Amino acid sequence: MTSQDGDALTDAARLREADEPSSPVIRFGKDKPLRLDAGVDLAPWQIAYQTYGTLNEDRSNAILVCHALTGDQYVASTNPLTGKPGWWSMMVGPGRPIDTDRFFVICANVLGGCMGTTGPASTNPETGKPYALDMPLVTIRDMVRSQAMLIDELGIDTLFAVVGGSMGGMQVLQWAASYPDRLFSAAVLCSGARHSSQNIAFHEVGRQAVMADPDWCHGKYLEYDVRPAKGLAVARMAAHVTYMSDQSLHRKFGRSLQDREHVTFGFDADFQIESYLRHQGMSFVDRFDANSYLYVTRAMDYFDLAADYGGVLAHAFKGSKTRFCIASVTSDWLFPTSESRAVVHALNAAAGNVSFVEIDSPRGHDAFLLNEPELFTMVRGFLTGGARSRGILPPALADDWEAHS
Amino acid sequence: MSDAPMTETRIDHRVIAELVEPNSRVLDVGCGNGELLEILATSKGADARGIEISQVGVNSCVARGLSVIQGDADEDLSAYPDSAFDYVVLSQTLQATWDPKEVVRQLLRIGSHVIVSIPNFGYWQNRLHLLFKGHMPVTDYLPHSWYDTPNIHFCTIRDFVDLTKELGCTVEKAVALNGNGQRIPIQAPWWLWNLFGEQAVFLLKR
Repeated sequence: MTSQDGDALTDAARLREADEPSSPVIRFGKDKPLRLDAGVDLAPWQIAYQTYGTLNEDRSNAILVCHALTGDQYVASTNPLTGKPGWWSMMVGPGRPIDTDRFFVICANVLGGCMGTTGPASTNPETGKPYALDMPLVTIRDMVRSQAMLIDELGIDTLFAVVGGSMGGMQVLQWAASYPDRLFSAAVLCSGARHSSQNIAFHEVGRQAVMADPDWCHGKYLEYDVRPAKGLAVARMAAHVTYMSDQSLHRKFGRSLQDREHVTFGFDADFQIESYLRHQGMSFVDRFDANSYLYVTRAMDYFDLAADYGGVLAHAFKGSKTRFCIASVTSDWLFPTSESRAVVHALNAAAGNVSFVEIDSPRGHDAFLLNEPELFTMVRGFLTGGARSRGILPPALADDWEAHS
Repeated sequence: MSDAPMTETRIDHRVIAELVEPNSRVLDVGCGNGELLEILATSKGADARGIEISQVGVNSCVARGLSVIQGDADEDLSAYPDSAFDYVVLSQTLQATWDPKEVVRQLLRIGSHVIVSIPNFGYWQNRLHLLFKGHMPVTDYLPHSWYDTPNIHFCTIRDFVDLTKELGCTVEKAVALNGNGQRIPIQAPWWLWNLFGEQAVFLLKR
């Protein structure tokens, strides 16, 4: 098989996931449109999701996990495109902090995504072609609205918890503001109540890279059977730097050279960091749709929760009975601790119930996806404490542990 | 932040718990590992929240289902609305704040009642230390040397009473504990408290 055949195969697989995902999917007809902030109704539309664990008789043990920018519904199971384990399998699973022996975990692909929930790569029923830029712009609030409709379909009234990091955390905050009576607790990791100017700037760099690729074809690349792989790879490379820290890059790569003794006086990937970034960029384009990248980054840019409440963030949480758990990471410069603290102070001002910790880690923004024992302890403790007060029973095997904790 | 031993229930915690009415909303500023919060939640049915500066302390609290934020008394009190809590507790922490007067002012703003416990620098052992040894006091209760102590604003019981006057608040109750953790009789004069009280607990009202 030539590499071009390989590319074609991945392309075909990725396209298939957009309309016919490997995961369960709920399709909403014209009678159940999704009202978008852009002022239009999206119909028909669909939402792809995965569940783990068992919903209890009271339907009280459901946790919704919200994924980040380039995540998907495969939070704790193999990704059908990459064959890799779930992106948060250290956090979610049997005996994990988000314990699927105890909780019923739901994770849905976000609106605008490319893994089976309606997005720019989905087929537009009006034309029979991919939506591309005819897909209306979506917001974090639209994503959350679509998730609420999914939860309705699953027959769940109140979620025990909504949990997410980064863009997932934005969705959690939006959940708390939009549906305060439908979630008992909320965990927001490495996130904030708005996207900062610096973050918008980095997203704009990424989008411009995609749009500057001649193969982007004004968004219609799928119709022409090409893809803006170079542009999307560059976007991913730039973004990836923001997910790490100077310290973690230095530790991991330093100035080490890639498979060579000396620099080559050329523009090959002389340094390990260059080689690493190129690899990150190229593997990303195999699993992600370029237009989805434009749409979902835009949704993050537009997020400013306080703006919807007269510029006062505390008003978003007025009267909220939800228990909050907020965590930041010392070396995260994408969503620095000050952003988390602003949320904590708003919750304090609203007399909300909130726990907050700043995790000391050199790994930057992506720390929330990695093996950070302090973060696991925090999330486990927060959920266990809440579950106890909600009468959600621990798994039989863990009875002993529970009795001693 | 406290210097007191943590092995068994701290005596000042027992005294504080007695001052709190059942089913109150309580904020413990500088809550350490959450011992007082747990006592208040279990024995008083309190809706108890905490602020703690150390990540280890916060994690140990949250892991036990307590609601605690990482922060400190100097920075994080201003966000709370007026009268947000029935009681705000500051135990063995005032002497470690940058601006004790402003901290107490904030406590009085956000709590209907304020409970402050302080180590008494006027305790006779401390006085003897300074008077005869010529050194800053280092005792079992205050184990730090002058150069590594977190306690930057020590005061005596009298000093604290003066501060309450300056802030125009009412001392509803006061308890002084001697070196053995026993209460000094309530009818004893201030000078006796100031000399024999190793620590004191005050219940204040705006």
